[in-house]
Amino acid sequence: MSSNKKYWKSVEELNENSSIVETLKQNEFVEEIPTDEFLGDKETLESTSTSRRDFLKYVGFTTAAASLAACEGPVKKSIPYVVQPTEIIPGVANYYATTIANGFDFASVLVKTREGRPIKIENNNMAATNGSANARVQASVLGLYDSLRVQGPKKDGEDISWSDFDSETTKALIDVAAANKSIVLLTQTFASPSTNKLVAEFSEKYGNVSHVQYDAVSESAALDAFQAKYGERGLANYDFSKAMTIVSVGADFLSDWQGGGFDSGYSKNRIPDHGKMSRHIQFESNMSLSGANADKRVPLTPSQQKQVLAKLYSLVVGGSVSTDLPDNINDAVAKAASQLKKAGSKGVVVTGIQDVNAQTVALEINEALGSKAFDPKTPIKTRQGNDKAVMQLVADMKAGKVGAVIMSGVNPVYTLPNSADFVEGLKKTDLSIAFSLKEDETASECQYVAAAPHYLESWGDVELKKGHYGLTQPTIRPLFNTRQFQEGLLKWTENESSYHDYIKETWGTDILGGSSFNKALHDGVYVGTLIEEVEAEEVSEENLEAPSGNAARALAASAKSEGLELTLYTKVGMGDGQQANNPWLQEFPDPITRTAWDNYLTVSKADAEELGLTNTNVANGALNSNYAKVTVNGSSVTVPVIIQPGQAKGTVGLALGYGKKLGLKEEMQTGVNAYPLYQNFNSVQNVSVEAVSGEHEFACVQLHNTLMGRGDIVKETTLEIFNTKDKEHWNPVPVVSLNHEETPVTSPEVDLWDEFDRSIGHHFNLSIDLNACTGCGACVIACHSENNVPVVGKTEVRRSRDMHWLRIDRYYSSDDTFEGDNDKKDEMSGLWGDNGSLGGFGEMEDPAANPQVSFQPVMCQHCNHAPCETVCPVAATSHGRQGQNHMAYNRCVGTRYCANNCPYKVRRFNWFLYNGNDEFDYYMNDDLGRMVLNPDVVVRSRGVMEKCSMCIQKTQKTILDAKRDGRQIKDGEFQTACSAACSSGAMIFGDINDKESKVAKLKEDNRMYHLLESVGTKPNVMYQTKVRNTTEA
Amino acid sequence: MKKSYQSLEVNITNNMKQVIHRRLSNSILQLSLIVLLAFTTSISAQEGDPAKGKALFNANCAACHQLDKKMTGPALRNVETRLSEEEGLDREWLYAWIRNSPGMIKSGDAYANKIYNEYGGAAMTAFPQLSDDDLNNILAYTAEEKKAPAATAVATTPAGGDSGNSGGISNELILGALAILFILLALGLYLVNKTLRRFAQVQDVELPESTRTPLWKAFVQNQFLMIVVAIFFLLSSAYFVYGYLSQIGVDQGYEPVQPIHYSHRIHAGDNGIDCKYCHSSARVSKHSGIPSLNVCMNCHKSIYQVAEETQQEGLREYGVDYNAEIKKLYEAVGWDDENQKYTGETKPVKWIRIHNLPDFAYFNHSQHVTVAGVECQTCHGPVEEMEVMYQHSPLTMGWCINCHRETNVAVKDNAYYEKIHEELSKKYGVENLTAAQMGGLECGKCHY
Repeated sequence: MSSNKKYWKSVEELNENSSIVETLKQNEFVEEIPTDEFLGDKETLESTSTSRRDFLKYVGFTTAAASLAACEGPVKKSIPYVVQPTEIIPGVANYYATTIANGFDFASVLVKTREGRPIKIENNNMAATNGSANARVQASVLGLYDSLRVQGPKKDGEDISWSDFDSETTKALIDVAAANKSIVLLTQTFASPSTNKLVAEFSEKYGNVSHVQYDAVSESAALDAFQAKYGERGLANYDFSKAMTIVSVGADFLSDWQGGGFDSGYSKNRIPDHGKMSRHIQFESNMSLSGANADKRVPLTPSQQKQVLAKLYSLVVGGSVSTDLPDNINDAVAKAASQLKKAGSKGVVVTGIQDVNAQTVALEINEALGSKAFDPKTPIKTRQGNDKAVMQLVADMKAGKVGAVIMSGVNPVYTLPNSADFVEGLKKTDLSIAFSLKEDETASECQYVAAAPHYLESWGDVELKKGHYGLTQPTIRPLFNTRQFQEGLLKWTENESSYHDYIKETWGTDILGGSSFNKALHDGVYVGTLIEEVEAEEVSEENLEAPSGNAARALAASAKSEGLELTLYTKVGMGDGQQANNPWLQEFPDPITRTAWDNYLTVSKADAEELGLTNTNVANGALNSNYAKVTVNGSSVTVPVIIQPGQAKGTVGLALGYGKKLGLKEEMQTGVNAYPLYQNFNSVQNVSVEAVSGEHEFACVQLHNTLMGRGDIVKETTLEIFNTKDKEHWNPVPVVSLNHEETPVTSPEVDLWDEFDRSIGHHFNLSIDLNACTGCGACVIACHSENNVPVVGKTEVRRSRDMHWLRIDRYYSSDDTFEGDNDKKDEMSGLWGDNGSLGGFGEMEDPAANPQVSFQPVMCQHCNHAPCETVCPVAATSHGRQGQNHMAYNRCVGTRYCANNCPYKVRRFNWFLYNGNDEFDYYMNDDLGRMVLNPDVVVRSRGVMEKCSMCIQKTQKTILDAKRDGRQIKDGEFQTACSAACSSGAMIFGDINDKESKVAKLKEDNRMYHLLESVGTKPNVMYQTKVRNTTEA
Repeated sequence: MKKSYQSLEVNITNNMKQVIHRRLSNSILQLSLIVLLAFTTSISAQEGDPAKGKALFNANCAACHQLDKKMTGPALRNVETRLSEEEGLDREWLYAWIRNSPGMIKSGDAYANKIYNEYGGAAMTAFPQLSDDDLNNILAYTAEEKKAPAATAVATTPAGGDSGNSGGISNELILGALAILFILLALGLYLVNKTLRRFAQVQDVELPESTRTPLWKAFVQNQFLMIVVAIFFLLSSAYFVYGYLSQIGVDQGYEPVQPIHYSHRIHAGDNGIDCKYCHSSARVSKHSGIPSLNVCMNCHKSIYQVAEETQQEGLREYGVDYNAEIKKLYEAVGWDDENQKYTGETKPVKWIRIHNLPDFAYFNHSQHVTVAGVECQTCHGPVEEMEVMYQHSPLTMGWCINCHRETNVAVKDNAYYEKIHEELSKKYGVENLTAAQMGGLECGKCHY
C-alpha cells in the first residue's frame, strides 16, 4: 500500500535533522533578494560618485523618457515575398518527414516549419522502425541555428572558396593515389545505401581507399558477436512489446543501448492489462533509466554482471559455470532464470557488457528461449563502427602509411581515448579534410574544414533496420555556404549529378522496386519488399574475435576485477556529446540525478564514505561536492562527485560526452571529458579513485520545487495487490472530516467552491501513466521547443530558477527493505552479536543503497478549483471553460502570490529578461537562435509568471481547423507537445466530454488519482497509479 | 481579371460619377467627341464596326495585346496596313493566323514562324470561334486613329474652376454676414441702453442702485459649492487625463505613406476585386498576408498604365502619378516592361504595417473570415473607398470584446458547432449564441 512508503528525492531528505530540507519545505523562494549585500556594503556606497540628488535626477529623467518613448509606436515594416512559394502560407505550418542520422541518433521524424523555418521536431507516426524522437532528437532543431557553425570551407583556418577547395583537394587526392598511399574515409555510421554506393565508386576511382566507420560510443562487441553468429554486421532487433519477462544484465536499453529506441515497445506491456504486465529484472552497477524502471533491480559490479550472465546461461540453456557470486545475487539469478524459463518465448535477455562472449551468450539464451521479442532477421544497421579498424587506422597514421584522411560526422580528437596519437598521425598525412558542422577539436587539427550542413539542410537515406529505410530531406535552404560529405564524394568522383538525384537513382534501382520515390519521401520511411538474402560480408579474421564454443564459460572466467570498477555511460540529455552546444540539452536535468550542466562521478554511499567523497546541500538547497581523481592506466581525470543511491558498492559511473572545449560557447563547456578513460572502447574500466579537495557547485534540481512535504504524491502498489484487492485498498480517495465524519474529498459538500458546469464543449484532461513513463525526458524538450521556454543557465538553475514548464520528478523509496528490517528487529536479542541491537541496527540496510525509483512528470495541473487564480491581485490567471488555467502574461505584475499558493510548485517566474540579453547568451540571444521560436507563443519578459498552458495554442488550432472544415473533432486530434512527444503512451491527452475518448476512459480507470487530491483542487491532470510486478516466480 | 481590363474604358465613366459636377459638362463634351469620332470612323471603314470591335478586342485579345504597346504579343495598331505594306500579307492571312496560329506555324508559314520565334516561342491562342465579321470589327478597331492627345488636351484645360468654387464661399459669406449682423445688433442694443440712461439722467429719474453682492463673490463665499465644484473639476480633469492616456498606443486613423502608392479605392472599389483575391491567406491563416508581388503581376503584367482619366484624377485629387507607381512595382518585381520579361533583379517592397496588434494578442484571420464569415470591412472599414489605407478601428481589447459580446456565432451548416450549440443555447435559453457565450471572452483564447 502506498501510504506505508516514504518517498524521497535526495539523500539529504533522509537526514531527519536536515535544516535545509525543512527550510525548503517552508519557503518556496529560498533565495532572498540580496538587498543587504548591496546596502550593507557601506564602503562602496560611500565611495560612489552618484549622490542622492543625482539618483533622483536619473530616476526622473528615465521615467520621463520612458513615458515619452511609449507615446509613439515604432514604425513596423512588412516585407512580402516577391514570388511566394506555393506551399508556403504565412502563418500556417508545413510538416516534412525526414530522418535524423547523426551517427548516434537515428530516428524518423516530422519537422514542423513555419515560413520556411524548421521550428520543431515531432514523431513520425508512420515510422514502423525503432527510435522515436528522444530528447536529443527533439532538441536537434536548435543545432541548425547554432551561431558557432562553420559557415564556409576553410583551409588552415582561412576561408577559401569551394572551387579552390575542389581543385586543391582533388589534386592532392590524385597525388596521394599516385604515391600509392592509402586514402581513408573515417566516418560516422551512415547506414546509408547511397553513401555506401558512393564510397564504392570513390574507391574505384582512387584505389587503395578504405572506409573506416567509427562510433564514438562503440557497440563493436555486440556487432562482432552478431556477425559471427548470423553472418551480417548488425545488431539484433528487440521488440519488448512481445516480452513478458525481461532480464537485463547491464543493458540500459531504455536509453541508448545498441542505438536505443526500445522504450515504446517496452512501455506497452508495462501497463497492467487484464491483470498482466511484464516483469523486468535488471542487474546493473550504475543507476540507469532501465534500472529505475525495473521491477527488481540488483546492484552489482560489472565483473559480477559477467558471472550473472554466464550463470543465467547455464541455468536456462544448460552447461555449468563456476561463479563466486554472493548468495543474494545467486538467488536473484536463479529466480530470474526460472521466470525466464516459465515465460519461454515471452522472455528475453539483453546485455550491455562490451564483450563478444557476453553478447554471444545473450544471443544464445534468446535463441534457446525462442524469444519472440528477439529478432535477428531484421538486424539494426545504425551501428557499424569497428574498434579494431579504428585502432589500426591510428597505428597506420602514426606510421605514416596513410596519405589522406577524409572525415565526416566524427570528432576523433575529442572522442578517441588515444587522441594524442591520432593528432600525431594526422600531422603525418598529406591531406586531411574534416566535414564538420563545427570547428571542433578534430576540424581544427585538419588542413581543410569542409563546412557541413545540418541534417535539416541535407539529403540522405538510411537503412535503419534491414529492409526498413528512412529518407532525409532538406527542410530549409542551407543557411551557410556548406556542402555535405556525399556531395564532396560526388565532386571527387567527377559525378555531375546532385546527391538528391543520386539517391533517387539508387533507390529507383536498388530499393523501391517500382514504388514511388515521392511517396517514400513524403512518408519519410519505406519498408522494403525486396529483402534480399543475407550476403555474408567479408570480414577478415583478425578483426573478429571468434567466440568460443562455450562463451559462457569464457565469460565467467574473464570476470576478474581489482579495485573499483568504472562504468562509462551516456546521459539521456547529452549522448556522445556531439550536441554539447545545445543549451536545451545542457539545461535538461538528468532523469536520475536531476542534475543539469554537468557530468560527475556517481558513487555509492558506502564507497563515498570510505573514499572521503562528500555531497553537501547548501542553504538554498543547491548541491555541492568535492572532487575525485579517477585514474585508468595512467590517464586520469578529476571530476565532481554525486553520491548515487542504488549505485553498486565497488563501482563508480561517469558520463561520456562532456568536457568539449572547441566549437561551443563558453557557457556550454561544461563537465569533464571522460573519453580518455574509454580505453580499448570498453565501457568498463578498473580505476583507482582518490578524493581531491575543492568545492564543486552543481545545478541540481532535486530539492527544488518540493511539494512542501505533502505525502501521497506518488501512488504505487504491487501487481498482486492490484489484482486481488479493491481499489479502496490501494488507491483510496482521500477523506476529510466533515461534521466529524470522514467524507471523501470528491464529494461536493466538502468543497469550498461551487462546481462549474463543464459538460458542454471541450474539457481537456491529461492522463499520465506512471507505469508507462520511463522518465526519458522527450516531453521536457518538446515542451521547451513548443513553448519558447527560456534557458537560464547553470547558476540560475542552481538558484532554483529553472524555467521548465514540465519537470519529471524522480522519487526514491525503499519499501523492499522495511519487511526484512522488521523481521530482524523482532529477532533481536541482546546488545552484541549477530542478533545484537548495537550492530544489527547499523547493519540494517541503508535506505539509499538500493532504492526503488518512480518518475512523475509534473506540469501545471490545471485545477478546476485553482488556488493560484484566487490570489492573483490583477486577475492575470483565470480559468477557461475548456479546463485550461489561462495565464495572461501581459496582465501579470509579478507578485508571485500564485506561485506561493500553488501546491504543485509548477509556476515559473522570469527573474530576468532571458531573450536578447548578453547575460544569458543562449539561443535567444542571437538572431539565428531566435529563428527556432514558435511564433504562436509569446516570448515572456522579465517580471512575469509563466507556466504550462496545456498547449492552448495547439488545442485552439485543432478546434479552428475543425471549424474551418465544418466537422467534429476525433479522439486523438487534440495533443499537447508533451503528449505528442511521448512515444511510450504514458501521456494521453484529450477531451473528456467525448465519452468515447481514451482519456475519458482513463479518467474512470481504477488506477486514476489526482495529485494531492486531499487539497481539493480538482486538477485536470490525472495520474495512473504505478503498479510494480513484484511477483517472484 | 478579365473584368478589370474590360472595364478600363468603363472606368472613365465610373470615375466620372465621383468627380464633382463642374467636370460633368467637360466629360459629356469628351464623350460626345468619342461617340462622334466612332460614328465617323464607322462610316469611313466600311468593313467593320470599331465599337463592336473594341468590345471583342477587350474580351479576347487584350490579355496579350495592346494597340500601341508591345506586350506578350505585338502592338496591334494598324496591324492590317502594316502587314500588307511590310510583309505583303492580306486579311485572309490574318484570319487564318487568328483562328489557328499553331497550325500556321506547323505548316511552315515563314512570317508565322518569324513572329512565333520573336515572341519567345509562345504560340497565340487559337480563336476559331471568331467569325469574319468579328474579325473585321476588331481590325476596324485596330485601324482607328490614336486619340490620346485629344483627351489630354481636354483634361488639361482649366475647367472653369472660379465659377465652380462660388458655392463653397457663399456659405462662409453667409456666416460672415450673420456675424456682422449680430455684432451690429449688440452694438445697437448697447447704444439704445446708453441713450436711455442718458435720457433718465437728463429727466432725473432715479435708477435703483444694485446693492446685492455680485454672484461670483457669493459663489466664492459658499464653501459647499466650492467643494462640489472642486470635486467636479478634479473628476472631470481626471476623466480627460484618463481618456488621453488610454488613447496612447491606439493608432486609429494611422495612415502612413507607403513605398508604393497603392489605391484600395481603385482596386477594391472601382474594379471590385475581392479582398481575398490578394489577401488570400486570410482564408486559412492567422495572417491576412500582404500579397506577394507575383500576385500584383497577375494583372499588372498587362495593365502597365491606368486609363488616362484615372491618371489625371490621381494627379489632380491626390497628387499621385499612378503610372509611375506601377513602374515602381515593375522595378520591385524586376519586370522589364520594354522587353516583357523578368530581369531577376528584385527589390522587395518594404510596406509599412498599419494594423499592429501587440505580440501578446493572438488574432486569427481565418477564424473570423472563413468560420465566422465576418466582412473585412467590419474591422477594416470602407477599404474600397480608401485612396490611402488607414487604420479604421481602434484595435483595442475593449473593441474586440464588444464585438464578441454582440456578434452571434455563425453556426449554420457547420458540423463542428452542432452539438455544442444545441446544448449551450439550451443552457442559456437563447436562440443564437454570441461569441462571448461560446467562451470568446476567456483570457486564454487570445493571450498565450
